Amino acid sequence: MRDLLDDLDRWRAAGKRVALARVVDIEGSGPRDPGAAMAVNEDGEVVGSVSGGCVEGAVVGEALEVLRDGAARLARFGYSDDEAFAVGLTCGGTIHLLIEPLDW
Amino acid sequence: MSRDVPLFGRFSGLVRAARPVALVTVLDGERTGSTMLVVPDGDPEGTLGHPELDRVVARDAVGELEAGRTGVRRYGPRGQVTPEDLRDEPTIRVFIDSFAPPPQMWIFGAVDFTAALARAAKLLGYRVIVCDAREVFATARRFPMADEVLVSWPGPVFAERGAALGARDAVCILTHDPKFDVPAIAGALDTQVGYIGVMGSRRTHATRLERLAEAGIDDPAALARLMAPIGLDIGARTPEETAVSICGEIIARRTGRGAPSLRDGDGPIHRP
Repeated sequence: MRDLLDDLDRWRAAGKRVALARVVDIEGSGPRDPGAAMAVNEDGEVVGSVSGGCVEGAVVGEALEVLRDGAARLARFGYSDDEAFAVGLTCGGTIHLLIEPLDW
Repeated sequence: MSRDVPLFGRFSGLVRAARPVALVTVLDGERTGSTMLVVPDGDPEGTLGHPELDRVVARDAVGELEAGRTGVRRYGPRGQVTPEDLRDEPTIRVFIDSFAPPPQMWIFGAVDFTAALARAAKLLGYRVIVCDAREVFATARRFPMADEVLVSWPGPVFAERGAALGARDAVCILTHDPKFDVPAIAGALDTQVGYIGVMGSRRTHATRLERLAEAGIDDPAALARLMAPIGLDIGARTPEETAVSICGEIIARRTGRGAPSLRDGDGPIHRP
């Protein structure tokens, strides 16, 4: 999240609502370690990443959903989870994300 | 810390000031998303929903922060951690996101390999300090990528700041001049630094070991901490390749992987 601070501070100073997604856990092989973060503002602008580019698109959708209903949630993206999620990780692992409104 | 600034503002300020801070967040139940800010030397701010849970998690977060670890831990709703106390209790997962200050790399010797190593170390997120006793060479102009350039002998630098070195930090001694190497190695061995690499051929290192013994440094356990010749055996030749070989060795030593270090082989470092 260190790399996101400039954008987050700028967005918040401009009064934008922001959702923050962070990798909290990985099972098997994952491209980014826990702590990897991306943020999405109410205009749909995105900074950071939580995988090697595999799931970012889906995370943006979840993040905008979080901004709509204001509730923090956990999301899981995995290779074998093709029923629940249309996207997966090419490396075969599963990542667990916390997606929350940055309202604190 | 001022209560007028939102939690995120204080978090952002601490990270920017390179102060250690952990961001702690509840992942389960009604309090999902509740956040607490933990610093090693002050009271936590925010709450996870129960004062006892806050106290136990803050204690653990300080430990995780010291180790530079980020991950999930499990607690009872009132901070219980032992299996007996957790029986028949739902557990709450808590995410501890550690923001430790960047690790340090101290490079002794303002030589041509130093600039390349300093650049590679910056890429990996180190705070880089270059030190040499010769003021003509130890200049910020020659090492603009370094966070600090010190004109000093090694002794005073270790005396002043050596206590701050820990497992995540590295000392690289590139001088291959015994006048400078011996006090730099002596200083580094007196710290808890995680990596000590020393440049020079196997022959240079053999001579260096004699000089160290003359200075009273002959404890095999201490000398076993030295990675000399410095770097992985990847056939590096240029300063840039050598920098990659050194950084690769630092990563491999930290992760315990079996990448081949030059120290553990024999024969010439540079082969035709």
